[in-house]
Amino acid sequence: MTELLPFLKSLLSVSGLSAYEAPVARLIEAEWKPLTDEIHFSRLGSLHALKKGASTLRHSLRSQDNASLSRKTPRPSILIAAHMDGIGLIAKKVVDGFIYFAGVGGIDVRVLPGTPVLVHTASGDLPGVAAMPSLRLLPEGRGDGFLKTADLVVDTGLLPAQVSKRVRVGDVISFNTGPVEMSGESLSGHSIDNRASVAALTVALHELQSKSHSWDVWAAATTQEEVSLGGAATSAFQLKPSLAVAVDMTFGKGPGADGWESFPLGKGPTLGLGPNIHPFLHNRFKELAEKLEIPFAVEPMPRMSGTDAMALQIAAEGIPTMLLGIPARYMHTPVEMVALKDIQRAGRLLAEFIGALEADFIEKIVWE
Amino acid sequence: MLTIGAAQIKLLEKLCNAVAVSGDEGEVRKIVLEEVKPLADEVKVDALGNVLATKRGAGRNRLRVMLDAHMDEVGFMLVADDGEGLYQFDTVGGIDSRHLVGKQVLVGKDHLPGVIGAKPIHLMEMDELTRKVSVDSMRIDLGPGGKAKVGERATFATKFQRVGPSILSKAIDDRIGVAILIELLKHAPANVDLCLSFSVQEEIGLRGAKVAAHFFDPDLAFAIDSTPAHDLPTHDGRENIFYNTQLGLGPAIYIADRSTLHDPRLVRFLQATAEAAGIPYQFRQPGGGGTDSGAIQRTRSGIPTVSVSVPHRYTHSPISIARVEDWKNTLNLIHAALGRITPSLVKSRT
Repeated sequence: MTELLPFLKSLLSVSGLSAYEAPVARLIEAEWKPLTDEIHFSRLGSLHALKKGASTLRHSLRSQDNASLSRKTPRPSILIAAHMDGIGLIAKKVVDGFIYFAGVGGIDVRVLPGTPVLVHTASGDLPGVAAMPSLRLLPEGRGDGFLKTADLVVDTGLLPAQVSKRVRVGDVISFNTGPVEMSGESLSGHSIDNRASVAALTVALHELQSKSHSWDVWAAATTQEEVSLGGAATSAFQLKPSLAVAVDMTFGKGPGADGWESFPLGKGPTLGLGPNIHPFLHNRFKELAEKLEIPFAVEPMPRMSGTDAMALQIAAEGIPTMLLGIPARYMHTPVEMVALKDIQRAGRLLAEFIGALEADFIEKIVWE
Repeated sequence: MLTIGAAQIKLLEKLCNAVAVSGDEGEVRKIVLEEVKPLADEVKVDALGNVLATKRGAGRNRLRVMLDAHMDEVGFMLVADDGEGLYQFDTVGGIDSRHLVGKQVLVGKDHLPGVIGAKPIHLMEMDELTRKVSVDSMRIDLGPGGKAKVGERATFATKFQRVGPSILSKAIDDRIGVAILIELLKHAPANVDLCLSFSVQEEIGLRGAKVAAHFFDPDLAFAIDSTPAHDLPTHDGRENIFYNTQLGLGPAIYIADRSTLHDPRLVRFLQATAEAAGIPYQFRQPGGGGTDSGAIQRTRSGIPTVSVSVPHRYTHSPISIARVEDWKNTLNLIHAALGRITPSLVKSRT
């Protein structure tokens, strides 16, 4: 199989802001194509790849009382969704060669001053820096750390005329903090949220090459999670899976995050538990991880999970949904950090779960 | 005219990518020694780590002219080991803490990769977003189990880039001055004795230049540095009268800063030289800040001193921006000035 590290590094070396996922989507498509039987893009740009299952038993679509209908319905399917879009910036106006911008997705403006960026123009990428003007040029009261996105500029070092010629309002701007290998088999860079989960899903697809599974598997790299969950919502509607699993990053324990909502790096994935999650699926994952001795933590999510799981669960008539989390430190900064081991474990757990799905599993999912 | 070609760019790239935080300038010192040893008549490394190189001219009544550029850059020192690859750190030099969160850094002589992370925005209370993150609460993170030593230095990990007319890099302040001194040594005029000080510890109080000036006991001195250009638009569109300097307008000649009233004879001399040679120049707006001039001017019984800087934007941040054209014009202004120096220059009253 393609090694996890170089593949993930390639994903972290390109841009792919929400709604502008094409650069990363191309890499994922190339990797998934040989691993799956069908592949296509959705109307909103999500990548769907189907690995067919072996079962001849058809999904009853909960119409147990109508045996004739059930024979015509497709094989039961599981959708594994990992969003591929990342946060970033977008050009808002150009003044004297300085590019003012807005954020795409949830960005703490305080991580921006001094951050290397790439401006993606129609005529190629321009390196630059997100820069903080001298306080004397900013509105009163900005001295104590209070900055607004509107205060900052991207400076490419080009002359004003060169910038006007190449940069247009609406050009997207990504962080230019390439992946760096760190101690403890960890990796740091931008967009680890959620390319690390795409990598975990890829690990699962590799494992499934030599593992029989009765269910159809839809692997999806979804779009626009950081803004609207629009990719996952529409993919789930289109593919109508019997079950759905979202894979996303969760908070890595470390500086700035040491409460109950954070989990240590390198100690395994998390299993979401809360209203967005079907408890039956949660328990199945938990029992499986225990049986396989894959380390994990239960991640309590009292309200919304803030992930694709929210959209998957309420697609069409509703889908039993599960959420796997991979801990990352410093989420939504240009220097997120993840442990490779956690990605591998999440991928293996997914593959084992899929392999263990009985042909009639869907009938077993019950409340109480 | 001296030019900035591929060789000069390559040397500046090497200098900028080196890690040399005040008090730990070894990496830049090594590059400087390699460059100046074949060219200078005498080279020594003094008690503080300054590289002091002399190039004698020819003929009688030569003035001893000191040229200073500092080797050190701002950065960090690891001050406590929290375990698990996490280190507390303190800043070295004037760093605005708002440039630190979310940045990649290099730690120690082996340039171990590290990051300064930040609390995820998802876990933040609204009012936290409007407060400065304190350095006390930040950590340098080498990754789980990463090992460094308390006392090791670190700095920003950004790499030198050449883009269009500009250079984007950390530590342009003052590796660009170091590069200019090396180039001037290659083209040393014979009418003066050149005393080159590649100084240490400028960023924490001009300490290297003080002892270097004492050692050389020069007749006059030029401090070659890099100064902020705040030439950005104002938030309300009013004229920017706080620009300090502007990119692209040439070398910035100092008149006054917090530490020095620069020698008026030398200010006028540089201005006249630039005008005679057709080299663009600008005056740095008098105000705060300072350079090694402040230390050199008041050494021994006093040394007539002036500062000239290459302007750059975004001082002491992960990425500063300077123009190659300003670098070239600064090099040529000093070169032309050296060639015109006569003993009468500092004999007249100011």
